[in-house]
Amino acid sequence: MKIFQPKKWQYLFITAFAFFLLESCKPKGTQSAAGGDATKAYVAPGKYDEFYNFVSGGFSGQMSVYGLPSGRLLRVIPVFSTDPEKGWGFSEETKPMLNTSHGFVPWDDAHHPELSQTNGEVDGRWVFINGNNTPRIARIDLKTFRTAEIIEIPNSAGNHSSAFVTENTEYVVAGTRFSIPPDDANGDVPIDSYKQNFKGNVSFLSVDPKEGHMKIAFQIRTPGVNFDLSHAGKGNSHGWFFFSCYNSEQANTLLEVNASQRDKDFIMAVNWKKAEEYLKAGKGRKQAVRYAHNIYSDKTHSATSTIETEITVLDSKELADMVYLIPCPKSPHGCDVDPTGEYIVGSGKLAALMPVYSFTKIQKAIADKAFDGDYEGIPVIKYEAALHGEVQKPGLGPLHTEFDANGNAYTSMFVSSEVVKWNVKSLEVLDRVPTYYSIGHLMVPGGDSKKPFGKYLVAYNKITKDRYLPTGPELTQSAQLYDISGDKMKLILDFPTIGEPHYAQAAPAELINKNSLKFFKIEENENPYAAKGEGQAKVTREGNKVHVYMTSIRSHFNPDNIEGVKVGDEVYFHVTNLEQDWDVPHGFSVKGANNAELLIMPGETQTLKWVPEKSGMFPFYCTDFCSALHQEMQGYIRVSPRGSNVALEYSTGKTPAPSAAKEPAK
Amino acid sequence: MNKHLSIISRILVAFASGALIAVFLLPAWRIDLFAPQYPEGLSMYIWINKLSGDVEIINGLNHYIGMKHISAEMFPEFKYLTYVVIFFMALGMTAAITGKRKILLIYIIATIIGGLLVLYDLYRWGYDYGHNLDPKAAIQVPGLSYQPPVLGHKRLLNFDAYSFPDAAGWIVIGAGTLCILVWLTEWYINRKKRKT
Repeated sequence: MKIFQPKKWQYLFITAFAFFLLESCKPKGTQSAAGGDATKAYVAPGKYDEFYNFVSGGFSGQMSVYGLPSGRLLRVIPVFSTDPEKGWGFSEETKPMLNTSHGFVPWDDAHHPELSQTNGEVDGRWVFINGNNTPRIARIDLKTFRTAEIIEIPNSAGNHSSAFVTENTEYVVAGTRFSIPPDDANGDVPIDSYKQNFKGNVSFLSVDPKEGHMKIAFQIRTPGVNFDLSHAGKGNSHGWFFFSCYNSEQANTLLEVNASQRDKDFIMAVNWKKAEEYLKAGKGRKQAVRYAHNIYSDKTHSATSTIETEITVLDSKELADMVYLIPCPKSPHGCDVDPTGEYIVGSGKLAALMPVYSFTKIQKAIADKAFDGDYEGIPVIKYEAALHGEVQKPGLGPLHTEFDANGNAYTSMFVSSEVVKWNVKSLEVLDRVPTYYSIGHLMVPGGDSKKPFGKYLVAYNKITKDRYLPTGPELTQSAQLYDISGDKMKLILDFPTIGEPHYAQAAPAELINKNSLKFFKIEENENPYAAKGEGQAKVTREGNKVHVYMTSIRSHFNPDNIEGVKVGDEVYFHVTNLEQDWDVPHGFSVKGANNAELLIMPGETQTLKWVPEKSGMFPFYCTDFCSALHQEMQGYIRVSPRGSNVALEYSTGKTPAPSAAKEPAK
Repeated sequence: MNKHLSIISRILVAFASGALIAVFLLPAWRIDLFAPQYPEGLSMYIWINKLSGDVEIINGLNHYIGMKHISAEMFPEFKYLTYVVIFFMALGMTAAITGKRKILLIYIIATIIGGLLVLYDLYRWGYDYGHNLDPKAAIQVPGLSYQPPVLGHKRLLNFDAYSFPDAAGWIVIGAGTLCILVWLTEWYINRKKRKT
């Protein structure tokens, strides 16, 4: 046979050998990194995790809650996006939560969760998170793991450098990514009039220490740049807030080129104590604006939305000693303050080094007036005068830095897909570990507070490629857990995430789980449509509105037979869950409903609006498997044609007399 | 024969009957239920004049098997038990003040009879609740009753039921035992004295 001719045979052998050589030259990828220390991430069935991990859902608009170190998904909290599963944004009670000055906005892009802090330490009361697209900040109550408040930010577009807090949660901040003409100015101007008409601003929202309610205390008007991220000073830098900004070129088109021209952009340092003084002294200008402020009450089990009409603006150009700019190389992203509050790390995402600023030096530079001129009236501190030092060759594309309790920093490198550990004081790179792939933010529990808990680091990746079974063109995003308790970082677990994770926070479980509510007390239910017992169940008609005051308890609705509803009626099912036990929600759904289901927690009342469009028989049932008789938990609503004379009747458990069968409506 | 108690015995008897005040402050009996979906357990506490704990949740579960709704109004005992306890305290105090051994003996016998009546009453109510079920109940297991144990553990469908005295119950038992020990000690010492 031909194939055994010596020449051909030799040729084949050489080819195979060449292939072998090529294979071994290829970089080692996923396979070599497999073999994480799984035992460290193992949490036995029935055991609790050590940390709660609150992860932004990115373009899902929600926030997910994971357990660490297991990476088990515990809950997805609906925030800015509707969630038919929970009736969020579909029930009459929750619809006002998604109201804005643009009307009902059922989606957003949630990036940066931040736990409330007391004395610079996470306190486990609330998580704040930003809505990027239609600028908003939400506050999530960690007693209920639900969104308790959403406030819209005026004069903003792309609320990106948010929702970070000061060390006693005095303020939560917002900063506009897009500069735009202010809301009270005419926005109908040529786009290339950017430099004249477009303004930036950062907002300080005060937080009521008891109830958590937010209020826009003041906004600082700034030059028209893009704000990216921010962090509060702490310890000796308490009273200051630092915002990274890019596009100091003030480009309005092709930013990938035009906003990358200058060698340095800025970190903006805001002395908010000074701003408070100006505010008190009446130096602020009242501006007419419109923004929604939505609050959910656990007493009435419903939300209210108020359109607020005024804010106070402090001008960075006119008011001295309040705002300074510090040069920072190449379009900085992360702006992170170490646990002592002394060091501020700027991550110029296009730079080959990372500057670390010293708060003491910044103060000295201000006192000495070591300025390099100004930028639209704001003093620019000399780079060297503010600098503690530079981390040389940390990696490519530094984005974001968190800290441990031992003076080390961990920076994510987007371009080189790695986490780099370095010493904050000596600026020496200590270790580096790959991520799979393209890490965005990273997170150490308590890593942006005065008291990092260390132990773990989680990388949140943008690209997963070959890390998981493929699921068509859209692949999962992922988180990767590293053990940072030793000198060397060790990958111990990969887990998929919902949406696209940006920033995240984590807190020790015991700080939060002891306060977790088990159910709402029925006697404290102040919903005007609550039926706080089966005796209060009823159906009433007001014109074409039919109100069904319905109760649910294992395993029946009261009423479960309703007649006399007509086509075109607006039917409101106000369902009260009478259970007073942990983990016994009831669901409610009716055939053909154009919105969603209700998921009603024990002691709570929720309302589903339903407008029947044709006559007939419409079953409804409980959607949450509540008991052994869950499948029996159902009822019927009879819908008659418009103008029909079928009387409004309702009952539960009424058995008809044999001869009493009613005729169909004529 | 010395028919009077020693001063130490009288103090102990006074202490024991005074300790009965605990039943006004603490539950006397408890019934605990555990099931796979109730790993934390459900507890019902029985006081001398009321019920507390997860009574409503237990009622909610009991309706599947057609058990009657448990409520304090159904138990006439709750109306008069307070007076019974006051009577016992007064009797014990009388024994302590007069120092008469005979009254102590009556007190002890009455306590034992009272205790047995309480257990019988618990049994009777348990029997009633466990057997007189709604014939339309959703879950009906032929031949099965749901009578909780008077004392100790019993398996009822998916539930492990435990019935034991609670704090005040143990105090009553302790007080009764103390009185019995006092009486026995007195009896033993007197017998010795008579021999010598």
